[in-house]
Amino acid sequence: MSKPGAAGSKPVTAEAPAGRTEIRITGFGGQGVVLSGYIIGRACAINAEQHATMIQSFGPEARGSACSATLAVSDTEVLYPYIGRPDVFVVMSGEGYEKYHDDLKDDGVLIYEKNLVQPTVKDGQPTYGVPSTRIAESLGRSIVQNIVMLGFFTAVTKLVSREQMREAVKASVPPGTEDLNLKAFDAGCDYFDEEYGQKQSAISGQLSATTGD
Amino acid sequence: MSDRAVQDEVSEAAEAKARGPSVATDEHPIAPYLRMDRIPHIWCPTCGIGTVVKCFATALEETGVNLDKTSIVSGIGCTGRVAGYMKLDAFHTTHGRAIPFATGLKLGRPELLVIVFSGDGDLSGIGGNHFIHAARRNMDLMVILVNNFIYGMTGGQNAPTTPLGARTSTMPYGNFERPFNLPHLAASCGATYVARWTCLHIRRLTKAFKEAIGRKGFRFIEVIAPCSTLYARLNKLGTGFNLMQFYHDNAEIRHGEDPRKVDIGFQEKIICGKFVDEERPTFLEMMDQHYEKTLGDKYVPMPPEGGMIHE
Amino acid sequence: MKADPAGVLTGAHYLDGDFACGEGAMAAGCRFVGGYPITPSTEVVERISRRFPMIGGTFIQMEDELASMAAVVGASWTGTKALTVTSGPGFSLMMENIGLAAMMETPCVVVDVQRGGPSTGLPTMAGQADMMQARWGSHGDYESIALCPQSPQEAFDLMIDAFNLSELYRVPVMFMMDECVGHMTEKVVIPPAEEIEIVPRKLTSRSVGEYLPYYADRQSVPEFARAGDGYRFHTTGLTHDERGYPVMSAECQEKCVRRLVEKIRSNADAIVRFEEFGTEGAEVVLVAYGIAARVTQMGMEIARKRGLKVGMIRLIVAWPFPEKRIRELAGEIKAFVVPEINYGQMVLEVERCAAGKASTVLVPHGGGGVHDPETIAEEILRAAK
Repeated sequence: MSKPGAAGSKPVTAEAPAGRTEIRITGFGGQGVVLSGYIIGRACAINAEQHATMIQSFGPEARGSACSATLAVSDTEVLYPYIGRPDVFVVMSGEGYEKYHDDLKDDGVLIYEKNLVQPTVKDGQPTYGVPSTRIAESLGRSIVQNIVMLGFFTAVTKLVSREQMREAVKASVPPGTEDLNLKAFDAGCDYFDEEYGQKQSAISGQLSATTGD
Repeated sequence: MSDRAVQDEVSEAAEAKARGPSVATDEHPIAPYLRMDRIPHIWCPTCGIGTVVKCFATALEETGVNLDKTSIVSGIGCTGRVAGYMKLDAFHTTHGRAIPFATGLKLGRPELLVIVFSGDGDLSGIGGNHFIHAARRNMDLMVILVNNFIYGMTGGQNAPTTPLGARTSTMPYGNFERPFNLPHLAASCGATYVARWTCLHIRRLTKAFKEAIGRKGFRFIEVIAPCSTLYARLNKLGTGFNLMQFYHDNAEIRHGEDPRKVDIGFQEKIICGKFVDEERPTFLEMMDQHYEKTLGDKYVPMPPEGGMIHE
Repeated sequence: MKADPAGVLTGAHYLDGDFACGEGAMAAGCRFVGGYPITPSTEVVERISRRFPMIGGTFIQMEDELASMAAVVGASWTGTKALTVTSGPGFSLMMENIGLAAMMETPCVVVDVQRGGPSTGLPTMAGQADMMQARWGSHGDYESIALCPQSPQEAFDLMIDAFNLSELYRVPVMFMMDECVGHMTEKVVIPPAEEIEIVPRKLTSRSVGEYLPYYADRQSVPEFARAGDGYRFHTTGLTHDERGYPVMSAECQEKCVRRLVEKIRSNADAIVRFEEFGTEGAEVVLVAYGIAARVTQMGMEIARKRGLKVGMIRLIVAWPFPEKRIRELAGEIKAFVVPEINYGQMVLEVERCAAGKASTVLVPHGGGGVHDPETIAEEILRAAK
């Protein structure tokens, strides 16, 4: 008999297949972590015709404190649903950062909420911050913070096109809130363009470069 | 009746049948409501359940309910066999689960009149949780509970209704657990019709059944009935006849009595009557009203004939 | 017949396995659900309770799982297709009335989103340790049908099959999901209603006087009459004759139980379903189901890269078990390797059918996650030696 794998752990030795991107999103309960994961998954699976498996963390940690969702996105069928060391780490709370930041691949992309997370950046680690809560507040509703983050995430990673992600936002938010959410999404994209736009050529294709294609 | 007399009667009946139709009939008046091919029944001589069945069948006849749309559900035990003898859609289910089974029947085809007919151990012991929740929901069920204070079919064990001090096979030195006061339990959980009779009160019991058939919601009728084989024997109370005599002398009718005050002590007064008769929206009515209010035109209720999808 | 469009949410969705399962039930024509909340299955009834009022269905949250299962059996006797949903601890409580459904020959579907056990175990994490319970859980002899989806898409697709099988054979069908499939979100395509084939409740064509509720040949399924159609039939959990009347005799028991068993066993070829790949010329064949099948497939790919001839059987229907195929393969291969998220359940069936002709290796996992594909690959390598 052999030793069973640990709960939800990445296969220790098996290589993630080429073309697979692993993402972890974390924040505190109420920030819309799971919805963000859902929208990314939906954009990939429905609008971009990729395969995307989302898992949300279920368990005591989902109540109040650090909350997390993971995604495995691939151009082939996703067999292994859990993730190991993510290629992209989206973090919206300090606690979530403490809990998961060690897992991020050395060259993985860190995307964080500028006013809530103070990351220790490793050399060579692509790092992008956005004051998504402030931006959301400026739109009148702090609740759309996660959608601002989502816009920023889309601009950074180019995992799918902005239009594909916008479609997924529209299809996933409560009816009647589409306009506000799309505004928040665009604000997140705009922030990237303003702050990092000039460096865009340097990071375009960033994601594929970090996923070992 | 002697064997000889029975034989005579049988041969007379056979001759009468051979003579062809006549004004007199050899059929018992409630025979059309029974599965005569399952008679004789399993109940002991002087058991009270048969009397309750007779009153129930009479109530069906006199109310003229559509028998094709009437279902009867029993659990397990002596009274649990009632469903098996009634010529209705009849369900003899698992121990204690008659009420939830009946709940499924009612919700699966809302036009049905669903009657639960079972014993005290079945409905208030193993099925007690279902009893209180069905009452709480005011589920549209008529529940007839025959209470003989003991587990009869398994040989006289203690029941949740055994009066303090009464002897049972598992309380050989007398019962020291407080029993349920079932009308109080039913009423406090929300039953909209609550009555208790003994099986000596044939007319009143029949009337209660008729009344309950005409009501909606969770209707509960407790019927005190003799178990001569076990309860009477273990407690040296004589025969079923003696228990009926006891009911005659000790039953007291107090309509509208506060259900809290109708406890039954060992060989003490049995308070009978109709304790609760109110109208409150049933589970289905509450559901319909609520969805109509919250969903408006989007609400599609299950049709009365059920949710079966036809070709 | 084709599905009732009211219940079919045609389109491409991004759904978790629990939601997809609920959508499958509604598409299959289920219109009654009685349930009791339990992680990780609750999302199934949350989905259904949201949509049911708009499609003529009734959901009731019962007081416990004993009641849920009893209500489902009761509802099914009205012709309304009925479902309940639970996880291990509730599944244990449902066994009582799953037995009643088997004995009364009542079509219905029971979803068990398996979690780690025994007892309260790991409520929010995966397990596959209820597989034998699905087969043998209620007392007495009866045959079971159990399906094992490995993805949200399959949770939808197989739910239609689960209802159809329950109608065809008048049995409770066990829908054995697991927490991982239940809680993972993936793309689910729901076809148009006219592309979904539904087995309707087949009612008896006999007249009231002629109808016998349990009249059937040795291997066949009796005709159904529903409550409220005037047949005034009798049914019971006791051993019964063709009239549905209790008969306490060994002879009646033999007839009654034999048919409960035979109606499934004699139709096993029609019910059994599995996916087979790469078994031709294989030295080792993997047998897996549910979420474990996905990681097993990865283990197979690793082993193949290392030059091994490995094939795989993925059980879609776990009960009845594909005995014939396993027996055939046993004569052709060296070993079966069976990764499952338990300490040895379906592997016992593989071993029985292998009958010593091929060795059988269990790759166990206690629950709470899935196997490391590398572990599976190592076991394949060892088994091939």
